[in-house]
Amino acid sequence: MKHVKTMNTSMLKNTMAKGGCGECQTSCQSACKTSCTVANQACENR
Amino acid sequence: MIHKFSMNGVNVVLDVFSGAVHVADDTMFDIVDTYENSSRDEVIKLFGDKYSADELNETMDELDELRKEEMLYAPDIYENAIDFVDARQPVVKALCLHIAHDCNLKCKYCFAEEGEYHGHRSLMSSKVGRAAIDFIIKNSGKRHNLEVDFFGGEPLMNFDVVKEIVEYARQQEKLYDKNFRFTITTNGVLLNDEILDYINKNMHNVVISLDGRKEINDMMRPRAGGQGSYDLIVPKFIKLAESRNQTDYYIRGTFTRHNLDFSKDVLHMADLGFKQISVEPVVGTPDTDYAIREEDVPAICEEYERLAAELYERHKKGGEGDFNFFHFNIDLTGGPCVIKRLVGCGSGTEYLSVTPEGELYPCHQFVGLEGFSMGNVFDGMNNFELREKFSKCNVYAKEECKNCWARFYCSGGCAANAYQLSGDILKPYEIGCELQRKRIECAIMIKAKEFQEEQLNNED
Ligand code: SF4
Ligand code: SF4
Ligand code: SF4
Repeated sequence: MKHVKTMNTSMLKNTMAKGGCGECQTSCQSACKTSCTVANQACENR
Repeated sequence: MIHKFSMNGVNVVLDVFSGAVHVADDTMFDIVDTYENSSRDEVIKLFGDKYSADELNETMDELDELRKEEMLYAPDIYENAIDFVDARQPVVKALCLHIAHDCNLKCKYCFAEEGEYHGHRSLMSSKVGRAAIDFIIKNSGKRHNLEVDFFGGEPLMNFDVVKEIVEYARQQEKLYDKNFRFTITTNGVLLNDEILDYINKNMHNVVISLDGRKEINDMMRPRAGGQGSYDLIVPKFIKLAESRNQTDYYIRGTFTRHNLDFSKDVLHMADLGFKQISVEPVVGTPDTDYAIREEDVPAICEEYERLAAELYERHKKGGEGDFNFFHFNIDLTGGPCVIKRLVGCGSGTEYLSVTPEGELYPCHQFVGLEGFSMGNVFDGMNNFELREKFSKCNVYAKEECKNCWARFYCSGGCAANAYQLSGDILKPYEIGCELQRKRIECAIMIKAKEFQEEQLNNED
């Protein structure tokens, strides 16, 4: 396409089916902790 | 729902519900929100002065195609996912152990009141520590990976107990087929070679605290006698970071309204050689002199933009000056499932804090607060009403988050900050939200620039 380029192909909704297993790290977002933006977490279920 | 922004010369269009991120030219960037609910004629009428009809039609053809592929204007189908979350068996998979409610620094913004947490100074016994390990194993259901964070106050003030707990947990994990990952958070004052060696052998991650430039750090993080901590801790931290090959640690700081030019503090740490850096806004009630005020937000946002632009340049150049800024790390192609994105930190359910006496709280920031005790590690959880309340604390339970484009990246913010500033865990802290959204934009901008560059290289 000429006016737009898409950066990513993996779609959020595809993660619904097998998601929610909970094996990944907890993700405290407060300033005092091992804080991180949830979007940067690794999934342990792939 | 879409969100668009332009930063550092790149136009980004984010499609919230599909998770697709697009880099757009000016034409598309201009019309993309209008075209969601308007006809072609209307778009041409509105933008006809600026672009030719051919140009607009061509752009709308492309928008139609993206819409067809569900990468644009995708519908919100996730409120149902919440039912699934609700139906999950509650398990505990992470504990924050308050090894010492005592500290050898006197940081001005400390929510723990210099380690005392609205209580008195105390150290955790190994008996309480072992009971905490038993408690998490017993309450973790089928979860294999369990996290234990040694926290304080300052955990090195009670390091023998840390070692005993680690040893005990390593025995127990074999018996119950679990895998413990330990983290420790320290201010570095008591760090020595022996402790460092132990940490490197046993801790999955280490969090060390420094606020950046010497004058900034020493103003906010004085030692008990009032002198600064910078000169004492920086050499130790450099050694620690090197001994861990610059991974699996990070150095974190807090900025306040006294250093709104915090990008200098971040870059100072990068120039000291640190590669994993996190510097975040303080959360304070408006009566403190250091708290961020609404009027500071525009300046902070500009500062974030400056930092992001600089980081992009350093990534590009690589080598010495390059580093990771924790809040600008983002994974657009993978990352966690949507359910994880909806529930966020898991405080009060998957994650609990344990006081030196063994009392359970929803997380380290709730420790000692009236009405937030949840039981203790010996007798287990007893405050099921509170757990229920926390388990329902997801993105779709919060009015603000329900309408927020950043929800799948932020996952509803920090319940403790919400409570502290608005008295309700379901009411996000507004200033925190504004800054969070800005950081996400910055993170995406960096990725978008890198993507653009790749495209250009491919064309050559
Ligand atoms: S409520 Fe806030 S401080 Fe507590 S675990 Fe969640 S993000 Fe962290
Ligand atoms: S491990 Fe992956 S699938 Fe499981 S809850 Fe975490 S992000 Fe979701
Ligand atoms: S930025 Fe604020 S409103 Fe948006 S999802 Fe996060 S907590 Fe909710």
